Amino acid sequence: MIDLKDIYKIYVDGDAEIHALDGVTLHIDKGEFVAIVGQSGSGKSTCMNIIGCLDVPTSGTYSLNGVDASTLTEDEQAEIRNKTLGFIFQQYNLIPKLNLLENVELPLIYRGYPPKKRTELATDALERVGLGDRLRKFPSQLSGGQQQRVSIARALAGNPSVILADEPTGALDSKTGLDVLNFLKELNNDGNTIVLITHDNSIAEQAKRIVRIHDGKIIEDRPSERCKEESV
Amino acid sequence: MNFKQSFILAIKSLLTSKMRAFLTMLGIIIGVAAVIILVSLVDGFENLMLDQFDSIGANTITVSLTPRGSTRTVDVEDMIKLCEDNPDVLLAVTPNVSAMASAKIGTEDLSSSITGVSEDYLKISTSEIGLGRFLTYNDISTRQKVCVVGSYINKEFFGGNGINQTLKINGNTFKIVGVLEEVADSTESSSDNKIIIPYTAVRSITAFSFVSSYTFAAKDETMSEQAKAIIENYLFSIFSNDDLYTVASMAEMLDILDTLTGNITAILVGIAGISLLVGGIGIMNIMLVSVTERTREIGIRKSLGAKHFDIMSQFVVEAATTSAIGGVIGIILGIVVSIVAGKMMDLPVSPTPLSILIAFSFSAAVGMMFGYFPARKAAKLNPIDALRYD
Ligand SMILES: Nc1ncnc2c1ncn2[C@@H]1O[C@H](COP(=O)(O)OP(=O)(O)OP(=O)(O)O)[C@@H](O)[C@H]1O
Ligand SMILES: [Mg+2]
Repeated sequence: MIDLKDIYKIYVDGDAEIHALDGVTLHIDKGEFVAIVGQSGSGKSTCMNIIGCLDVPTSGTYSLNGVDASTLTEDEQAEIRNKTLGFIFQQYNLIPKLNLLENVELPLIYRGYPPKKRTELATDALERVGLGDRLRKFPSQLSGGQQQRVSIARALAGNPSVILADEPTGALDSKTGLDVLNFLKELNNDGNTIVLITHDNSIAEQAKRIVRIHDGKIIEDRPSERCKEESV
Repeated sequence: MNFKQSFILAIKSLLTSKMRAFLTMLGIIIGVAAVIILVSLVDGFENLMLDQFDSIGANTITVSLTPRGSTRTVDVEDMIKLCEDNPDVLLAVTPNVSAMASAKIGTEDLSSSITGVSEDYLKISTSEIGLGRFLTYNDISTRQKVCVVGSYINKEFFGGNGINQTLKINGNTFKIVGVLEEVADSTESSSDNKIIIPYTAVRSITAFSFVSSYTFAAKDETMSEQAKAIIENYLFSIFSNDDLYTVASMAEMLDILDTLTGNITAILVGIAGISLLVGGIGIMNIMLVSVTERTREIGIRKSLGAKHFDIMSQFVVEAATTSAIGGVIGIILGIVVSIVAGKMMDLPVSPTPLSILIAFSFSAAVGMMFGYFPARKAAKLNPIDALRYD
């Protein structure tokens, strides 16, 4: 379903060229749980932004569900982000002046759901992440871990088939980080495709497949230890 | 996302910084209030003038003579003869002499206008006699010191019983023989404050004896032009120089007044429009700041699937809402100020629904126009750049 073919992303900085992605070819099937690992600056976020239709590659083709993303208009890309993709960002990216319910409702508003259905789905999603009792609170009234859970709820609310998580545990302690991870596993068990970005190898091992990036190139692509154990 | 949501969002956004919202609106508030106040005042002024003209009649033609250095002249008899020679067109004529004199009742000074006329005045003016009688041919020919007064004088100084009382004009005692019906509201500044005396009597109380001003009445309003032409031809045959007299029909003057107030209104609305424009630029400025401040929010919304139109409408509606709220405040302010100013200046002011409607729709349109550019800037942001923005 996710198909990257010979993707380059090149930033020009004065005379120097930065190859954030340097010929990446990667195929991810429906229902996979892939961890993309690598050092800081290796190109992980760049890769995820391209998968998420937030950014366009300098060259190469990216197709999602068999559709070449470069042939889509901006509005069509927006529609894909809205219906097919759910984002979990490292910095949560909640809107401060909206309360939790309103934040989680946002993707549903853009999908054109009527108010009642929106509120229902958003409440469900917040309950699922254990914040059902704080619907009217504002992001600034929550801890980091709670805010990350809100952003997970927001990614879930529209029931997207692909969840893209960029360092979702980066700003959390190991306990809450583990909670978030378990959540992603649960979603994967429900049949969702998950792409998890991290620089932490032990977290990456929780996925089923590990793709290692270095200097914009894929240097390793293997099943995780957990996956090997389970299949035995 | 529909309009209602954009609207709720706009209100929320405005409420988060009330002071800024108010300052942004100020330009629009002032612009809209200015439109309403200026249009109402000009309107009031025109109404006042029309009231005054009303008492004269739209079928009248005024003639002023300035026969300097001319050996030939016309007198009252000539004018009456002119009238009698053209019975199909001209109805009547009266001398219309403004007496430069001061009137007193007892020891109190009057501010009344004093006009000398003939007995035909009633046929020409729209005034009616309310009490007593009007001036008669006899009063005129024998230079009687009698007068007819407006309802203001009768009410204010004689408690309604002014008939047969006296007042003094330049020291001469005049007997009140009649009171005119009220034409306005019997106040000092209205056309109910006047004194009418025989034009022949003016000669005995002031130094001037030449009647330089006449009022004719055409048979009806549609004959004004024709009547004017007859009078002009006659006067030219006497003076052979059209610099020595002016002939103006009331119909013509009403037209001029109409054009004049129309022009004044257009100029004032133009000026007020400029302030609306400035207000609009203020909104655009703040919206541009707001787009920059909210770049990250825009990025988040785009990552969640907001389309070009969603972001556009969010910002356009916000600008239009700001401007429309400013418009409503401006309308209220404008109505209050024009009513108060009308009271103070004694003008019959009433803000017209049309000016309110124009002011409001213009202000909403200004908001949309000036909101469009910042909104487009917001909608065109690249999602990833917007998300990374700090
Ligand atoms: N907008 C940009 N302009 C120029 N260079 C950029 C831009 N965005 C990313 N880069 C460069 O591209 C490279 C890859 O960046 P990327 O954000 O993908 O790294 P990352 O693997 O996500 O790192 P981290 O783990 O620190 O988040 C880096 O060298 C970065 O400096
Ligand atoms: Mg990154």
